[in-house]
Amino acid sequence: MNALFGYGEYAVSLLTIGGIYAVMALGLNLQWGYGGLFNAGVSGFFAVGAYASAILTAPPMPGHIVGFGLPVIVGIASAMALSAVVGWFVGRICLRLQADYLAMATIGIAEILRLVIDNEIWLTNGSRGIVAIPRPFEDLPGVWRDLAYLGLIAAIVAALYIALERLARSPWGRVMRAIRDNEAAAAAVGKDVASFRLQAFVLGSMAMGLSGALTAHAFKFIGPDATLPLITTFLVWVMLIAGGSANNGGAILGPLLIWTLWSATELVTGRLPPEWQIRGSYLRVFLIGLLLQVVLQRFPRGLLPERPPRPPDGNGMELSARHD
Amino acid sequence: MDLINLYLIPGVVLGCIYALGAIGLSLIYGVLRFGHFAHGDVMTFGAYVTLSTVTFLGVSPLAALPIAMLMTALLAILIDRLFYRPFRDSPTIVVVIASFGVALMLRSLVEMIWGADDRSYETGIRRPITLFDSFVIAPRHIAIIIAAVALVATLHLFLTRTRLGKAMRAVSDQPHLARVCGIDLDTVSRGTWVFGGGLAAAAGLFLAIDTELNPNMGWNLLLPLFAAAILGGIGKPYGAIVGGLVIGLAEELSSFPLFSERPLVPPDYKTGVAFAIMVAMLLWRPEGLFRGRTFG
Repeated sequence: MNALFGYGEYAVSLLTIGGIYAVMALGLNLQWGYGGLFNAGVSGFFAVGAYASAILTAPPMPGHIVGFGLPVIVGIASAMALSAVVGWFVGRICLRLQADYLAMATIGIAEILRLVIDNEIWLTNGSRGIVAIPRPFEDLPGVWRDLAYLGLIAAIVAALYIALERLARSPWGRVMRAIRDNEAAAAAVGKDVASFRLQAFVLGSMAMGLSGALTAHAFKFIGPDATLPLITTFLVWVMLIAGGSANNGGAILGPLLIWTLWSATELVTGRLPPEWQIRGSYLRVFLIGLLLQVVLQRFPRGLLPERPPRPPDGNGMELSARHD
Repeated sequence: MDLINLYLIPGVVLGCIYALGAIGLSLIYGVLRFGHFAHGDVMTFGAYVTLSTVTFLGVSPLAALPIAMLMTALLAILIDRLFYRPFRDSPTIVVVIASFGVALMLRSLVEMIWGADDRSYETGIRRPITLFDSFVIAPRHIAIIIAAVALVATLHLFLTRTRLGKAMRAVSDQPHLARVCGIDLDTVSRGTWVFGGGLAAAAGLFLAIDTELNPNMGWNLLLPLFAAAILGGIGKPYGAIVGGLVIGLAEELSSFPLFSERPLVPPDYKTGVAFAIMVAMLLWRPEGLFRGRTFG
């Protein structure tokens, strides 16, 4: 019975983190899947959200600016707003240019934010991180605490999924796809390419900021290690591409599957003798990188490939069929 | 005098390292048309291969340079075959993502083989040499600068005097015209990887001589490398040399206490200087100082 209970708790934590990754992947899907924008600095937007919410909601810390003790909802809303501002700033500079530049600039923002987090101790408490971040429902007894938080995450993922599905099927989503597939043609019919891209980039950044805030509240702690590119940027890219980009279902399935895989392999390496444990953990990273390559080469469309919305009547069927 | 000894010389040394890395980045972009995001980690690999060579053969790091360059060039060709070439007809962004994954794989490979701790080639400190009473320079800095100049001179001869070198420049400048003229793209791309990989190994080795070996050393250099390549104009190897020197000098000089006792920019934020230069270039002159191509 106890073992069963343990597995249950493990499953709850797995789903909670998997769900947070799904929020991140849904945001990335908006940028990459629908917009074709390569954001290689997901960890930066994640960090902005995580630290914004943590600083606003944590209890005051003497000698630091950290800790305003504000309600969690204020923290989460500010996290999303601030990531949107950063996304707008990066997007304004780089979206006019081609993909490689955006990748480099987003990596740059993420790396510089990491420097800020490590060095500006008055703001972020440096490498010690921010502790005692409040968590919603933490007054509930026992298991209910974790289950309620999982419920919150699930509700957020569901709401995001519904909103993004509607967005993807709206005229806005069709324009985004048109820009992704043929920028010149979209511009030729009078679509403001730069403005649409900026909108997709800012909305995606908001979702990444939200996932950062949710992580900070889930662990009640945020430190510089949580913003390492491996844990956020790389993993979420593998998740989205494996799940299927430009498919919001794939952006949820991918994170749940890959996170389960990632955690399960950690259990395996955890059982190795100590001298192999460290090597095993690097092997895991290597295999995740290899998985990305295999998916890119063999299954570029992912587990759930893109399904472009059908036009309402029979006209234009041939067109949408060609899209595959 | 402090300005020269503590800021200018280290700036030139760092600039040489950036230049060697940025040349490869710029060549690869010019010939193969994608931003190679694993370039920093190729540098890391070169530095660690040198570590093993130094340990096994008991030679000095500089003597191990040819072996490291060869091994890294082979690795670069292998990576191209396995992970980049399958995407030659896909949108470039897919190769960029693949190179992103290769960066991750290379780093974890280095951590698996050599461990994640800081390492260095030799223990003990060699005394800096003092010239003209107050001009102080460390022997390792002299070695790095001379070796870098020699490598760049070799590259220059190769690009201007040999068939393959000329073909590489032709593909970089006018890909369609080059193909029409019957230049074999496979040979050219192999040549690019040999040079890009070899120079990256040299850059990694010099960086390790100057500082220490660490699995993240190359990844942390990616930003200044791209800044240097963009500054010099993408696809322009000579521009990348100037770009590397400018970025290296700018980063070191930025910590000079010019107006007060305190450094102009806190040393922890040196990378920020490279980033600021890159953003400024992207905004006002994306083709670079030497009219290279813009990405895309």
